[in-house]
Amino acid sequence: MTLLDVKNVNKRFGGLQAVSDVSFTVDRGMIKAVIGPNGAGKTTLFNLISGNTPLNSGTISFNNKKIHGFKPYQVAQCGISRTFQNIKLFHDMTALENVMVGRHTKSRAGFMAGMFHLPFTWGEEKEIRHKCLELLELLEIRELADVEATSLSFGQQRAVEFARALASEPDLLLLDEPAAGLNIYETAEIARLISKIRSQGITVLLVEHDMSLVMDISDEIVVLSFGRKIAEDTPREIQQNKEVIQIYLGDDDVEN
Amino acid sequence: MTSELFLQYLFAGITYGSIYAIVAIGFNIIYNTTGIINFAQGEFVMLGGMLSISLHTFLPLPLAIAIAVIITMIIGALIEIIFIRWLESPSVLRMIIITIGISILIREAALHVWGEGVRSLPYFNGNEISSIRILSTNVSPQVLWVIGVCAVIVVLLSLFFKFTSLGQEMRACSSNRLAATLCGINTKNMVTLSFMLSAAIGALAGCVVSPITYTQYDSGTGLAIKGFTVAVLGGLGNSMAAVSAGLLLGIIEAFSIDIVPLAFQDAISISILLIILFVRPHGLFGSKEAAGLKEF
Amino acid sequence: MKTQRFIPFFLLALVLAGLQFLTQITDTSYYLTQMTMTAYYSLVIIGLCLVMGYAGQISLGHAGFFAIGGYTSAVLTTYNLIHLLEKGNSFVLFLAGKGLLVNGENLYGESLLYVTPWLACILALVLTALIAFLIGIPVLKLKGHYLAMATMGFGIIIYRVVLAWEIMGEADGISDVPGFTLMPGITVNGDFSNRIQNYYIACTILLVAFILLQNLIHSRVGRALRAIHGSEEAADAMGVNTARYKLYTFVLSAVFAALAGIFLTHYNGGIGPSEAGIMKSVRYVAIVAIGGMASMWGTLIMASVLNFLSLRGLFGSYDDAVFGVILIIIMLFAPDGILRLHIWQRFKKFKTGK
Repeated sequence: MTLLDVKNVNKRFGGLQAVSDVSFTVDRGMIKAVIGPNGAGKTTLFNLISGNTPLNSGTISFNNKKIHGFKPYQVAQCGISRTFQNIKLFHDMTALENVMVGRHTKSRAGFMAGMFHLPFTWGEEKEIRHKCLELLELLEIRELADVEATSLSFGQQRAVEFARALASEPDLLLLDEPAAGLNIYETAEIARLISKIRSQGITVLLVEHDMSLVMDISDEIVVLSFGRKIAEDTPREIQQNKEVIQIYLGDDDVEN
Repeated sequence: MTSELFLQYLFAGITYGSIYAIVAIGFNIIYNTTGIINFAQGEFVMLGGMLSISLHTFLPLPLAIAIAVIITMIIGALIEIIFIRWLESPSVLRMIIITIGISILIREAALHVWGEGVRSLPYFNGNEISSIRILSTNVSPQVLWVIGVCAVIVVLLSLFFKFTSLGQEMRACSSNRLAATLCGINTKNMVTLSFMLSAAIGALAGCVVSPITYTQYDSGTGLAIKGFTVAVLGGLGNSMAAVSAGLLLGIIEAFSIDIVPLAFQDAISISILLIILFVRPHGLFGSKEAAGLKEF
Repeated sequence: MKTQRFIPFFLLALVLAGLQFLTQITDTSYYLTQMTMTAYYSLVIIGLCLVMGYAGQISLGHAGFFAIGGYTSAVLTTYNLIHLLEKGNSFVLFLAGKGLLVNGENLYGESLLYVTPWLACILALVLTALIAFLIGIPVLKLKGHYLAMATMGFGIIIYRVVLAWEIMGEADGISDVPGFTLMPGITVNGDFSNRIQNYYIACTILLVAFILLQNLIHSRVGRALRAIHGSEEAADAMGVNTARYKLYTFVLSAVFAALAGIFLTHYNGGIGPSEAGIMKSVRYVAIVAIGGMASMWGTLIMASVLNFLSLRGLFGSYDDAVFGVILIIIMLFAPDGILRLHIWQRFKKFKTGK
């Protein structure tokens, strides 16, 4: 069943065609990866989906609802959560508080309710805290809950960011280069966490250029080059695809 | 409107406009090398005027102005060395507050040194009533001094940035600080230099305009806001556009006297500032895409 | 957990009452006047603390909101409507019929008719909220220097308007503002005999406002605001409508400022243009910075101490200069505020074993 449907999407920056006529779908429950060499338009495509960049033409629908033209917060409210390539945690807040912000769309206390500490917020706060601690547990960083998030190690920060993105119980999780800046051990750890997240029934779309991570965990891969989609298949097929090898890996042998 | 009145307004507009342009260029020079808006920019103009007035009591006018400019320049350098040089990547908010604090200090110091009184330099040639006939109207020679000096400042500055190696190093700094450092340019000294330059041109402008607008301890704030309006109007960081923007604002102000009471005059230019900020934050002449890359 | 939360507030109330008691036994009750004014200024400053420290947006125009509140209330409660009534102005008749006008008499025995302070207060708050809302929509899209200059520009416009507009009393401001009777027996005014009562009125308002803000910053909204401060892009991606949250915060703090302006105007019996001046706005910002930006308690303490000292005239003619110096020193050496110097943080890190 199709969860995310990207159709004929185009994006130009001045004279540069960053994404041209890209279409693909993401089915519920799968891990899908978008790969491509630097400058292939991966991040732009990602930003088009998350609402950070407006598209020039084409449609993006989620759960059969059009979401292109939405602002990022509206996309988030539809049930799409994301992480950032260069981790963006909220400084001066603990790991737990960071994750609790992620619960924003699933709670409703506003200015008045907050100021007057209305009774319905008591239960809500308790529920938020409980749920977020559970998530920290799931990502194996429960003991770091009260540590200031930005003082954690890079890998731990990544895990906090995952927890924060999961706190809204999204249908789709967008991961922007989750292995960026991590060493091979941390990358393996992240791969394990991503699989664990999928086992919770969450669909994952990731942009990545670490081949090992992508080949290991994804069910399907989309390959971009110069803004065009040149292949879409299973990891095994992609590894055999001549065009992909040519464009993405150059003439070298496939090492991964 | 008679053609004589029209020309009167036009000259008044150009006079004030050139001063705004100089203040705006002062903003731009510092902004380009540091990314900081120096809220104390208007105070340099006030200092130039006040110092030259005091010095003129015992020195001939040209010497008094020269020394006033040099002292202000040193003050500019000191401000940078004491308050800014040693801060490592301070946040914008922090820099805003620090430069506001500096402007308060300079203003309050001026208040205690010179009092609340309004002062002015004498006219450079002749006096209040002497005039020169240009086109079909009479213009005070001081107006020509202001326009002339501002024009010379602009020309010299652009020559300095284009042809001297120091000027080129400063430009290198503003386009890419890290790359400039890697090329062996001492970027910290360039920042000090930019403060000195801004202070100097501000002070010089403060001297030539003093006979017309008078100088008071708090005359810097108004100039700073207008100078900033002009800097934004021309596109922050773009000094040449600031000249046209300055003249434009000066002329708009001069002609609005007919329509708006004098008391609301300042409100006019600030409204223009707000409108520009809301509608075209990249300035009248700037490009939106380039502005998107800058950090405000 | 529940009762624990209120212990600090209870202690604060105790300290405020203790201070009053202290002035009584030391026979220094003339301090109460400045203490009352300090409480109102602190109200402006804790509101601004929410905008600056939590939502991370600078405002150099908060004196403008204070002035809008104070002046609106002052104009409405001093503008003599008697001639309009005599002429049979239907709107004035309507107001009079609803009991929204008050009769009075001035020193020369002329009869006065003005809007009741309650109505004036509500209108002033609504007007301020409306202006803050309309100004906030475009202004809060700006960042950094542009935001600072735009809010400062707004402040200067308000200052120029009150200075140039005849109805605002121009350079003299407005005087002879009547007292504000909150309920029978409780009146905000500058009467000598009313001093203790007024001190408690001011403290109660400040305390209630402080508790409301404390509640807010520890709620879902407070978390979202701090998130905006931390990373606007990430907050957006978490589904926080950042533009709306910033706007509401701005309006809320403007209303606090206006409330302070209204009460202080009734207390002083007048308001002058200096209240709208840019130096006032800068001072508010300075105190928030000294208090540690994102620290309500620090801001409250600093606001009380510095305003009181300043109102007592301790800094003499160097009043503004003192704030300038403090501002620079704090920003250079302790940008997190003096109550949050690194010692405490190191201790915390030590405890968590980092």
